[in-house]
Amino acid sequence: MSLEVALRHRFPGVAIDIAFTAPEPGITVLFGPSGSGKSTVIAAAAGLLHADSSRVVAGGAVLADTARGLFLPPEKRGVGLVFQDARLFPHMRVAANLRYGLRRTRAAPRIGFEEVVELLGIRDLLERRPHTLSGGERQRVAIGRALLRQPRLLLMDEPLASLDAARKAEILPYLVRLKRRLDLPVLYVTHSLDELLELADHVVLIESGRLRAAGPVAEIAARADLPLAARDDASAVLAAQVAGHEPERRLTRLDWGGVTLWVPLLAAEPGRAVRLKVAAREVILARADAPGLADALLAGALSVHNVVPGRVLALAEAARQAVLVELAAGAGRLLARVTPDAVARLGLAPGVAVLALVKSMSLEMPHEA
Amino acid sequence: MPFPLRALAPEEWQAVRLTLAVALRAVGCGLPLAIVVAWVLARKRFPGHAVLNAVVHLPLVLPPVVTGWLLLVVFGVRGPVGSLLLEWFGIRLVFTTTAAALACGVMVFPVMVRAIRLSLEAGDPGLEEAARTLGAGPLDRLFTVTLPLASPGILVGAIVAYATSLGEFGAVITFAANIPGQTQTLPLAIYAALQVPGGEEQAAMLSLVSLALALVGLLASEWASRRLDRLLGRGTAR
Repeated sequence: MSLEVALRHRFPGVAIDIAFTAPEPGITVLFGPSGSGKSTVIAAAAGLLHADSSRVVAGGAVLADTARGLFLPPEKRGVGLVFQDARLFPHMRVAANLRYGLRRTRAAPRIGFEEVVELLGIRDLLERRPHTLSGGERQRVAIGRALLRQPRLLLMDEPLASLDAARKAEILPYLVRLKRRLDLPVLYVTHSLDELLELADHVVLIESGRLRAAGPVAEIAARADLPLAARDDASAVLAAQVAGHEPERRLTRLDWGGVTLWVPLLAAEPGRAVRLKVAAREVILARADAPGLADALLAGALSVHNVVPGRVLALAEAARQAVLVELAAGAGRLLARVTPDAVARLGLAPGVAVLALVKSMSLEMPHEA
Repeated sequence: MPFPLRALAPEEWQAVRLTLAVALRAVGCGLPLAIVVAWVLARKRFPGHAVLNAVVHLPLVLPPVVTGWLLLVVFGVRGPVGSLLLEWFGIRLVFTTTAAALACGVMVFPVMVRAIRLSLEAGDPGLEEAARTLGAGPLDRLFTVTLPLASPGILVGAIVAYATSLGEFGAVITFAANIPGQTQTLPLAIYAALQVPGGEEQAAMLSLVSLALALVGLLASEWASRRLDRLLGRGTAR
């Protein structure tokens, strides 16, 4: 099954025309600058905005298809929505807020009150009133309230945008846990690359009311022709598996599409999937036939652990004298940010085989463990 | 004039009780309608919006005697509504306690509507959207989100209307007349006392009672709105 969203709407001065499908279950991140129409997509999917034309299919159910005169109102869509500003009911305690959607759901509960309370760590808050909660606590309760509605689709409209960095870091692990526990399609709006890199399975890029690109996160994050790669904090996302541990060296071996990657020792059983991100500026490129490199590596003369063979897919100029090099490697892609001089010296061009040198310390593991 | 403090005579107590009862009926019956009208005025846009708004507020600006006279015209035994009431139900409204309550109710209706409408308009429509996405239909939202959040305004409106209707004079005396034990509320009793030579003492006593009731009403509304605001996490008292 797949999630299907298509809408056309004309606001005074702006026209929105976006259509995409995304795999279910999984988190689809809608990414784009402010005012690009991300929240409009969410409002249309929730039914809060009656767009000029819209089609929304989630969990196999058609929620809107205006071409056939179908438009379910929000209360009949069975869609959970987490707002940026939490919107807890101020006259109810946390427990009553959580149960508000649960009590109005006819479907057999797939996730129960106790489990949600446990997953989000909000047991101590149940008797409190919303105005006594911190921003992060409020947002966790709002997520729990939306989940207990037993939604067929969970919409999250910049749920972390109003929080400071510390609060964000507090909530992200909960989101990662939820992602693993739930087999729900989630449509997640953000303009934070960090959230995208940590949470997204699928990415939909939006620019001024139009679809710019859509695809799996590993592909979209590393594509040299897209704005994500041009950012200073551009990173590739790697989906790898734990292959084994070497406790005496304090290293863990990962398998990434046949390529072995070494990372600092993990507490995860072999076979477990892990997600890594590598900043583009941390990746060193070498010619595949670099003289002496193989000998130096074999002799253990370099501190770097990971030498990944790859092939250049595309190059793109970026600001501040940088060139982005998109590589096909392992199970997906890598992105390297190098100087124009390096491109010339190495003779980088599409199709050229290279080696990517990646420090173990640069293979970052988001809140996965 | 010396101020002779003394216990109230039985007929004075009767006026006090009658006043409280009339005000209670006026507010009790008027409040649900006031909520509906306030909600319509706050949330709906339709042709005739301005006219409805003006009609509701008319008693605020009309001389109360005129309001009373209009009620007499409409609800009198030969009036369009009054004649039907008499014919169908055998109800004769004029010069009864019910008439006094109706007159009070009409006079304080705009007070209630204004307070409720203001608090409905100050409400956060985002919370109703949240309730919608959680599966609440229109009536459900009204009773579980909209009205509870407007409750400070509703309560304050009701208390102020109650206190105001304790003092209604012009419309009551015109529509319900000044009948002791039936329609003679405090202000009417004070007026009657002042018409009688030597009635100043009684007038002073009753005025004192009026003042006390009005003060209690205002303090109660202040206290209630603060308490509710605190419950809802609003206002300064966090």
